[in-house]
Amino acid sequence: MDTGTLQGIGTLLAILAFSGVCVWAWSDKRKADFEEAANLPFADDTAARPLQNRDQESAS
Amino acid sequence: MTQHASLEHPAYNYQVVRQFAVMTVVWGIVGMLVGVLIAAQLAWPALNFDLPWLHFGRLRPLHTNAVIFAFGGCALFATSLYVVQRTCQARLISDALAQIVFWGWQLVILAAAISLPMGWTSGKEYAELEWPIDILITIVWVSYAILFFGTIMKRKTSHIYVANWFFGAFIITVAVLHLVNSAAMPVSLTKSYSAYAGTIDAMVQWWYGHNAVGFFLTAGFLGIMYYFVPKQAERPVYSYRLSIVHFWALIAIYMWAGPHHLHYTALPDWAQSLGMVMSLMLLAPSWGGMINGIMTLSGAWHKLRSDPILRFLVVSLSFYGMSTFEGPMMSIKTVNALSHYTDWTIGHVHSGALGWVAMVSIGAIYHLIPILFGKARMYSLDMINAHFWMSTIGTVLYIASMWVNGLMQGLMWRAYNADGTLTYSFAESVAASYPGYVVRVIGGAIFFAGMLLMAWNIWKTAKMPAAQSGKEVAA
Repeated sequence: MDTGTLQGIGTLLAILAFSGVCVWAWSDKRKADFEEAANLPFADDTAARPLQNRDQESAS
Repeated sequence: MTQHASLEHPAYNYQVVRQFAVMTVVWGIVGMLVGVLIAAQLAWPALNFDLPWLHFGRLRPLHTNAVIFAFGGCALFATSLYVVQRTCQARLISDALAQIVFWGWQLVILAAAISLPMGWTSGKEYAELEWPIDILITIVWVSYAILFFGTIMKRKTSHIYVANWFFGAFIITVAVLHLVNSAAMPVSLTKSYSAYAGTIDAMVQWWYGHNAVGFFLTAGFLGIMYYFVPKQAERPVYSYRLSIVHFWALIAIYMWAGPHHLHYTALPDWAQSLGMVMSLMLLAPSWGGMINGIMTLSGAWHKLRSDPILRFLVVSLSFYGMSTFEGPMMSIKTVNALSHYTDWTIGHVHSGALGWVAMVSIGAIYHLIPILFGKARMYSLDMINAHFWMSTIGTVLYIASMWVNGLMQGLMWRAYNADGTLTYSFAESVAASYPGYVVRVIGGAIFFAGMLLMAWNIWKTAKMPAAQSGKEVAA
């Protein structure tokens, strides 16, 4: 195998890894989890209330 | 600081956060004062007073170590140890370990403040400290990692908030960078030689150097951004999904950008090109993060009018966006041929260091101080507003003067006559740089004066009567 093929495989793997992260991050299954996670900075406040961000607005 | 026992939070360890927050301001003042002094030495060289301990060559590493590791380091310790407790809803695993981290880090800073003016240096940029101090850093850092990750492990929440991912990446990567780049053979207590030789030594050094920028000065401060911007704006981050893609893309790409510090050197050409391409790609995750931070304010832009702390945080993101556009551009080999070794590089560093790192830290510290001292708010919002404008104007004067100087120097050095001789001698380019150096001293001094105002405001806040109810303090 020459260097060019190796570099090609490396690039392909990087593209797959990046696409994988994107698909995982935007999957519907994760939506509720991320909503909860995004509100963690406010979760230990006394007057806690669910706040909406862009992800929830666009999906609802 | 033990007399503040009445301030102690029932659930969290605020003591170590308060210690680090106060020392952030103290070391910020010290480090920036040294910066103003050496900037003045470049304009008026007599200011080294012919003393070896005040020589530019010895004070310059003192300045960089003080602002990066003392000021920036304390800001990162304070914010990460605060954020990890608040978002994991768990107290730090050990108060004793927290004190070891605090006093250990202060000891490292003290050792740097003595050894660098003495001229004891390993000669590696941003890693000048000699081997006994390197060992002490390693001990403190491992304690910090145990404290941080131990607290994450006992969290009461199911998720690990994105800010902690950035802080975690910063802690792990800095440990690896420090161990690899500091590998050396000691010959005495104050002198050692690098374990690497020649080009490999240079590549290891700039793999370290650029990732110190990427993980100490970027990932760590992005952790600050992901907690304090939503908190101060009272809205969750614009897109949590984008923050995940931002995290993985940023840490995957940053690691490869180091060779752009070694363009047109003995480093193999393919490595230089790799560094350039990876640096160009970095624009995407950098701007993804910036957009995520700034857009968190969408629908709440009016808060910028009344809240100078939020203004600090948001303008820091603007400077972050500006310097992460400038960086990839400067990594292009043909641009680098003009910019390298000129003041443009110094200007670029300070648009990141003053505009991004310092301003996001200052915003976070202003957010923290009333909470840590049990007050309803800072003593004076007007003073914070004045500090904001001093920081902004100081930074703009600094970077604009260095742009002018850098371009001028690069053009003067490459100008040649019809017979092939150089048009200008090096000394002529130094003389032409004088006005820019004076403007830089003025800009730096204004930024430094802002830090004094901050210290005064914090002092007055600490002396204020305690907050009426715990409600506002809980924020």
